[in-house]
Amino acid sequence: MASGAQGAKGTLYRGREGMWSWVAQRVTGVLLFFFLFAHVLDTALVRVSPHTYNQVIGTYKNPVVNILEVGLVGAVMFHAFNGLRIIAIDFWSKGPKYQRQLLWVVVGLWAVLMLGFLEPMMQHTFHEWFGW
Amino acid sequence: MSTHVSLEPPRTGNPGRSQRFRSRKGPGKVTRGNFELYSWLFMRASGVLLVFLVLGHLFIMMVTDGGVEKIGFAFVAGRWASPWWQFWDLLQLWLAMIHGTNGMRTVINDYADKDRTRAILKGLLYTASVLTIFLGTLVIFTFDPSIKG
Repeated sequence: MASGAQGAKGTLYRGREGMWSWVAQRVTGVLLFFFLFAHVLDTALVRVSPHTYNQVIGTYKNPVVNILEVGLVGAVMFHAFNGLRIIAIDFWSKGPKYQRQLLWVVVGLWAVLMLGFLEPMMQHTFHEWFGW
Repeated sequence: MSTHVSLEPPRTGNPGRSQRFRSRKGPGKVTRGNFELYSWLFMRASGVLLVFLVLGHLFIMMVTDGGVEKIGFAFVAGRWASPWWQFWDLLQLWLAMIHGTNGMRTVINDYADKDRTRAILKGLLYTASVLTIFLGTLVIFTFDPSIKG
């Protein structure tokens, strides 16, 4: 086991990009699983009646829930891009060597797409809260 | 960053070779065949497809045409009038559910140490997953745009 004597760069994996991206992949994965379960149930309400479906789907249009949706999209995007990074590490011969750089590509791509999604996703909330 | 964080190492790059599975069955008694290898492969294959299916779904639902505001019964009826979107949603449902269930199975195997706890949690997981896939599939195939109410 690595001891403190080896310093902050004593290991290749523990406490570094490799481990934290693994933790984030796991946490986002579990969250997405529970959301998916709820989402199949709310969609199933289309078999009950248009009124019931519209009423429950209305929850998604609440500004506070809208912010949670941005979090959901963020979790999906991280899980998706980091998943592609994992595939690159497993199947691309140079993947393991560049795993750290690949993580920063994942984070960069995530930031750019999140910025692009933000305004269209939240336009109604912005309008309601700030009159934009 | 501390080097004393006690978290499990990743499984990636080591398919089907989980030490914990072996030690539980006793030395030399590996009865699961190549299951873990296929599971590992499935996560990657379904993952690539899901990147396109789910990001496409999110883009259509949350970004185009006024975002989430447009979604309602009429919007769903319009989409499911097309076999393309029915197929998209069906494939997305099955792949995401199996991918997610397999991920949860891995999480349970990693953190639930008692055989009994693991069995109960996985029993709950598989029951919920089968019911959810069944319900979702039923809804896509039996959707009725002229339902009353």
